[in-house]
Amino acid sequence: MNAMSGNTTTADGRKIGGVLMEMRNITLRFGGVEAIKDISFDILEGEVRAIIGPNGAGKSSMLNVISGFYNPQVGEVWFRGEKRPPMKPYEVARLGIARTFQNIALFDGMSVLDNIMTGRLTHMTTGMLAQAIWKGKAEREEVANREIVEKIIDFLEIQHIRKVPVGRLPYGLKKRVELARALAAEPKLLLLDEPMAGMNVEEKEDMSRYILDTNDEFGTTIALIEHDMGVVMDLSDRVVVMDYGKKIGDGTPDEVRNNQEVIDAYLGVAHD
Amino acid sequence: MTDAHLSDEPRSIPGLLARNVRRHGDRPAYREKELGIWQSWTWAEVADEIEALALGLLALGLEKGDHVAIAGRNRPRFYWTMVATQMAGCVPVPVYQDSVAEEMAYVLDHCGARMAVVEDQEQVDKTIEIKDRLPNLRDVIYLDPRGLRKYTHAHLKPFAEVQAAGRARRSEMIAELERRRDAAGPDDTCVMLYTSGTTGRPKGVVLSNRNIIETSRASAEFDRLTEHESVLAYLPMAWVGDFIFSLGQAMWCGFCVNCPESTTTMHENLNEIGPTYFFAPPRYFEERITTITIRMEDASALKRRIYDRAMAHARKVGPSILDGKPVSGRDRWLYRLFDVLIYAPIRNRSGMSNVRVAYTAGEAIGPEIFDFWRSLGINLKQLYGQTEASVFITQQPDHEVRADTVGVPSPGVELRIAETGEVFYRSPGVFVEYYKNPASTADTKDADGWVATGDAGFIEEGTGHLRIIDRAKDVGKLASGALFAPKYVENKLKFYPAILEAVVHGADRDYCTAFINIDLSAVGNWAERKNIAYSSYQELAGHQDVLDTIQSHVEEVNRSIAGDEMLSGCQVRRFLVLHKELDADDGELTRTRKVRRKIINEKYDDLVNALYDGSKTVTTETEVTYEDGRKGSIKATLEIRDAAVVPVEAKRMEAAE
Repeated sequence: MNAMSGNTTTADGRKIGGVLMEMRNITLRFGGVEAIKDISFDILEGEVRAIIGPNGAGKSSMLNVISGFYNPQVGEVWFRGEKRPPMKPYEVARLGIARTFQNIALFDGMSVLDNIMTGRLTHMTTGMLAQAIWKGKAEREEVANREIVEKIIDFLEIQHIRKVPVGRLPYGLKKRVELARALAAEPKLLLLDEPMAGMNVEEKEDMSRYILDTNDEFGTTIALIEHDMGVVMDLSDRVVVMDYGKKIGDGTPDEVRNNQEVIDAYLGVAHD
Repeated sequence: MTDAHLSDEPRSIPGLLARNVRRHGDRPAYREKELGIWQSWTWAEVADEIEALALGLLALGLEKGDHVAIAGRNRPRFYWTMVATQMAGCVPVPVYQDSVAEEMAYVLDHCGARMAVVEDQEQVDKTIEIKDRLPNLRDVIYLDPRGLRKYTHAHLKPFAEVQAAGRARRSEMIAELERRRDAAGPDDTCVMLYTSGTTGRPKGVVLSNRNIIETSRASAEFDRLTEHESVLAYLPMAWVGDFIFSLGQAMWCGFCVNCPESTTTMHENLNEIGPTYFFAPPRYFEERITTITIRMEDASALKRRIYDRAMAHARKVGPSILDGKPVSGRDRWLYRLFDVLIYAPIRNRSGMSNVRVAYTAGEAIGPEIFDFWRSLGINLKQLYGQTEASVFITQQPDHEVRADTVGVPSPGVELRIAETGEVFYRSPGVFVEYYKNPASTADTKDADGWVATGDAGFIEEGTGHLRIIDRAKDVGKLASGALFAPKYVENKLKFYPAILEAVVHGADRDYCTAFINIDLSAVGNWAERKNIAYSSYQELAGHQDVLDTIQSHVEEVNRSIAGDEMLSGCQVRRFLVLHKELDADDGELTRTRKVRRKIINEKYDDLVNALYDGSKTVTTETEVTYEDGRKGSIKATLEIRDAAVVPVEAKRMEAAE
């Protein structure tokens, strides 16, 4: 498909490995509406993969297929070399796929710390009773999980709001907390649904830096949907372009930028 | 103090460190919050860390007398770096962490830094940007590896690795290190601090071991500081105050220095630590009051009433109780009741429950702000100092605290007021020199060791307290010969929330006049409550009720100035409220919001003339620059008001001349 398959190293020294996830001929229908039409693409280990397209192109649906929220009528999802059977979202989460949402989905009444701790849920093994008594294993487990969460808090520089209820935070910080919760799951694959929607330039720059640092520090593979073209082109290694549920482009930011079909989809074509 | 005193005490900071280990090696010396938990190091552990680092620096080839730059926020490892540098016979040079690469390049180049110890990627990037221009800079050591994994530069080394190398080569290097450490004498350089320099390039102030140790000792004795104090280190490390509080005094007394988790968690960490000794600029105390006031305004009516009642009582008797003056039994009992209900919780929320000594300095503090904290039982005092003095020139003793003075000379400090009103001082803390700048050194410090402060002031008769009135270069004379100190009057005016900015004229004139800028948020709020409709700043500024309020403020200031023998000539006779806000974009203010007198005088020269020719109104047109760079103009007719002045007896005027 292109030169980047297999083990390569990017210009800035990151390692891109083999195929982590592959979508094969995915078709997703809602009644008579075809949201996704026969799309195939892959996500390589360690890369930042963007999915772009005009409104209603089917980007979020695609992300929901990856996260297991929708099961496609046609097509196969392959993750780490195995075909993934239809799964519930929590089962997908256990596989190591975490996500953030277009409309922030945090627990408003809980503190930032508690919200991020919920991201550790898939890593907790002690039962409710043991948790309630909170001695021995349950205590050790919480301490270990808390340490990981604290490292993420430090990483995303949100120490000052650790104990603040999420409902009181401004939008930009909520977005960051949501990223923190997703990171707390220590995912193999991180899905970000418009991480920069509604942010000002400075917040976008901050968020971009956190996304790149995440990819860099933890080697997390990232798939993201974003509307800001400048951000997408700067952040991602490869871009999938969708329009009306179809894939119209796939390649490096430069290839996509010069693709006539993509330009037409974004700027519109004259009907004459 | 004399050398005799120094001879039986350690002569350097590493010497003090060794003494602290001997005296109380297992007491906490440093704390830092990391991953949400306060980590602490005892004096013995700190000594071990510092030695390992010093050995590591030697292993990297640090030569005696080299300079080592330090750039980062307050963290124990940076304080250790300073001591390790001194141990290796070298000079630490802390740099403002938020300075841009250009400023950093100037300082590193000027001192010829051989190494830089920096915090993170941001600082490393700056050093990489400027490294080509700095032939002396050979190694850059960093604390936080985040984002630096891809950096392949050979001169970059992680802090921990330098320490590990030092530990590994301890046996072969320790003799050299001990030789250098023990060679440090009282006249060797302890630290070099660059003054931010409002004019021209920053100057490197060289402070000797004697300067720092003598000043730390004297000031610690002044406030009876012991090893049981704790401080929160949050002010810039490149500032002399932090060096004295968090290193000089901490090492002298052996108390614990606490470093916040990040720059944004200061309030929370202050609350957790509850320091006993605290320093903050006036703005900090002001902001905390604003926070408290806003939250009280959101509280229920009953709580608000209790709060108002309690605060009124605190204002009445609080300072007297703090100063040990007689207070009636009933008032004392009421104060104790309110203390449980109101004062103690406020102190707690502000992280000041344990504060025994708190200082503020740097600029004038509003008397209401000052009294607010004192009335809550917090021993807030003022000091006056500068880098060249190793901080302390004057400070307020307990029970002699007032908002309008900066205190009596610190122990060992002599003061002299020159003909021009400028304050001179001489003390054991007086700096050695400006590095590589003998001309400036000679301008500032004379052969007898007297240093010019650049501030004008006078010593109050009776109490012996120093009062600072203005920058010496801004102080002039009225036509009558009386002293003219515009900033003194402006500060008094600006203490009213309604007044944002004031510019007082009067040099070589018969009397003083003023331009006033109203504070749109404060006055706008007031207008809303009074149902006064307005559509623009200009309209609000010209409203009769607003002018009446401002006039009453001006007259109040006049009454307060009249009571002051030296400055009674500075009363404002006539004023106007400007039709636009003074703005840095129009060149009327500096970026740090200081008034640029000359430019304002030229630009508004028609208004100044109107203030002195007796007219009742003046029409003017002013060019303004909008935020997007476009230019426009504002036309306005301004009303000039006469303010009542308190007549000053002629004999007093003569006395002031």
